[in-house]
Amino acid sequence: MYDSGKIIVGLLIFIALVTFPFYNNIGKVNAKPELKLDTPEIQKLPEQERKCVESKEFMRGGHMQLLDDWRDSVVRDGSRIYTSSAHKTFNMSLQNECMRCHSNKKDFCDKCHNYMAVKPYCWDCHIAPKENKS
Amino acid sequence: MSINRREFLRLAGVSALAGVGGVAVFNKLQNNALEASEFTAGPNALNAKRWAMVVDMSKFKTPEDYKRCMDACHSTHNVPNFSNPKDEIKWIWPEKFEHAFPGQENPYMNEETKEKSFLLLCNHCDNPPCVRVCPTKATFKRKDGIVMQDMHRCIGCRFCMAACPFGARSFNYRNPRGKDANGQPLIKEENAAYPTRTIGVVEKCTFCTERLAVGKLPACVEVSNEFSKGGLVFGDLDDPGSEVRKIISAKYTIRRKSEIGTQPSVFYVIGGNDYAIVPEIL
Amino acid sequence: MLDKALKGSRGYWGWLFFLMGIMGAGFLAYLYQFKNGLGVTGLSRDISWGLYIGQFTFLVGVAASAVMLVIPYYLHDYKKFGKIVILGEFLAISAVIMCMLFIMADMGQPMRVMNIFLHPTLNSVLFWDTVVLNGYLFLNIIIGWITLESDSKGIKPPQWIKPFIYLSVPWAVSIHTVTAFIYAGLPGRHFWLSAIMAARFLASAFAGGPALLIILALLVRKLTKFDPGKEPIQALGKIVTYAMFANVFFLGLEFFTAFYSGIPAHQHSFHYLYAGLDGYNKLVPLMWTSSILAVVSLFLLIFPSFRKKEGVLAFACVSLFISLWIDKGFGLVIGGFVPNMFERVTEYWPTIPETIITLAVWATGFFVLTVLYKIAVTVREETAGIEIEH
Repeated sequence: MYDSGKIIVGLLIFIALVTFPFYNNIGKVNAKPELKLDTPEIQKLPEQERKCVESKEFMRGGHMQLLDDWRDSVVRDGSRIYTSSAHKTFNMSLQNECMRCHSNKKDFCDKCHNYMAVKPYCWDCHIAPKENKS
Repeated sequence: MSINRREFLRLAGVSALAGVGGVAVFNKLQNNALEASEFTAGPNALNAKRWAMVVDMSKFKTPEDYKRCMDACHSTHNVPNFSNPKDEIKWIWPEKFEHAFPGQENPYMNEETKEKSFLLLCNHCDNPPCVRVCPTKATFKRKDGIVMQDMHRCIGCRFCMAACPFGARSFNYRNPRGKDANGQPLIKEENAAYPTRTIGVVEKCTFCTERLAVGKLPACVEVSNEFSKGGLVFGDLDDPGSEVRKIISAKYTIRRKSEIGTQPSVFYVIGGNDYAIVPEIL
Repeated sequence: MLDKALKGSRGYWGWLFFLMGIMGAGFLAYLYQFKNGLGVTGLSRDISWGLYIGQFTFLVGVAASAVMLVIPYYLHDYKKFGKIVILGEFLAISAVIMCMLFIMADMGQPMRVMNIFLHPTLNSVLFWDTVVLNGYLFLNIIIGWITLESDSKGIKPPQWIKPFIYLSVPWAVSIHTVTAFIYAGLPGRHFWLSAIMAARFLASAFAGGPALLIILALLVRKLTKFDPGKEPIQALGKIVTYAMFANVFFLGLEFFTAFYSGIPAHQHSFHYLYAGLDGYNKLVPLMWTSSILAVVSLFLLIFPSFRKKEGVLAFACVSLFISLWIDKGFGLVIGGFVPNMFERVTEYWPTIPETIITLAVWATGFFVLTVLYKIAVTVREETAGIEIEH
């Protein structure tokens, strides 16, 4: 093999670079984010009615898909009312419906999005609820 | 694979017809457990086959009248005020006759019409060139005739701006949430119920789809009724009994650049009384 | 074959690093534009396309012009083009790459570019332009690469490449026709709403592209041991002459229709470009420069005795290229937006960041071109004297 020395050194540097995120994070505490559901709007609701649009499990994994469907329905089809699988109706609006209850964007949306290192651009346009800096 | 229910329903229908694939589909359905969910229009929503507007210029007397309509629109929709023509964004604005109807003016026309400002906005054309050219269907025509802009999808190519014969479209050259040269926010007071836009997308008048959906008239129409009944009239062009149709069939109305065939849905009454008036004999 | 691009003289590397310097500056300027929006350009609500789209339009023409070598060589068996047809194909590749970069630079939301394919819209000319440009890039990469690789091995290219070559002929015409349709189908823009827009585009492309090729071929002869030959360059000169004639003729037709019909809206843009409108005349000196250069180049090209002197030919080609660059890469796009839809005049001039980004895209194109030509020239030097048969 020609230039085996150079090739091996090059490969080692390459491996070191691509594995950087792994060893850089070794030993760092990564607590799961605890989402806060204690907003005034949610507190007002009776205990048994403290439910989101769909089940917690579905929302956790599928809220982005739901929001995507909502926006297509509202913007493109003009249908703005969502009837959930539990036969409850909601106004399909991130800004006016979701955030009415979840008025704590920082402790609800951001916490998990930051943890997952995703940056949805919802808030480039949609106005987040006013929050006190905590 | 995304779980889009409408797509799923379409898929389910096809599967049922073909008699295959049912099992796979049902598996998915059980995972999802949202089979009962659906999207509908609200109970108070205003509906039409083709929304249209009549602008009766005789009802606009003072500059204040124009300003109220513009302010109502721009504050409702968080339209930023750049105060320079380069970055300017506007949904509804005034122009003199020769600029609103280029080619229609003549040197001898009466001063009143000549000097009068006309309120311009998106014409929501029946045959919209902007929709024809958009490469992503970000701008599209709804079933009720409204030419809508999907800011989520717009890639900012500005083909629609080149295509619109009415200069109705504005591009977010700068961040609309930013500040002007004096450090003042471009959107003076945000309407928390409506989004802003992001940098790099095209926007325009939407005939207030968000208000029609809850049974309200467009913001400019509502406010115009406060200072004079009938300055801006909104209704279904397809309904012979609608107010817009009654006015259009009784009075002489003109549309901007009607010769190029886009079929604007905004009509202008030029004359000052209730009889049909041809501009030439004014 | 790529390895051939890695061995070069100091001049070669110096040139590449120079280009990379410009590309780096352009990248920084683009980051600035990306962050602050297209507001950092000279574009406005009234003139919503400018230098970027103008350059894009012009370069689609340069890309399409490769067909002016492909047709004589492959369809008319004009053997003399055998050695330089690769120069045309590689020029097309770098031109299409520049086109794509200009489109990206012009987009308000470049991160969403895939929406064009996620929501394909058959009624949008821009969608088709994306399709044909990508197709053309693909065609030229594979045709150029396969034929050159066969040459370097001293064998005939495989038979399967022939259909691709034949396909590239109508495809080249299509890319520029579709690009013209972007403009020619807009109801409110009188300056662009012309049935001969596509024909004008093709004529100017077949003049400007081969003119650039002549300049490049002369440079290749000067800088390398590969001689593209006197005859092919003269043949290209003839093509340039005819195409430029057609181009000027078509422009004359536009003038006739606008001014003999007497329709004001059809005249406004011409007034603005060549005389100024309502006191606005920023583009007038440029447009007259373009016109004078066009006349000069045409005069030098028409007479064979001038054209046959390579120095004169080179001068004519440079004048012609600059003339068309101004006319199509700038005047045509801006002119269409003046006056605006309210018959008011807004003027446009590129800003510094916009200019740097534009220069950087050209530098990228020349970088790709240099590397590709280096490969082609090295192969030609190695196979010097051997007759090539495709």
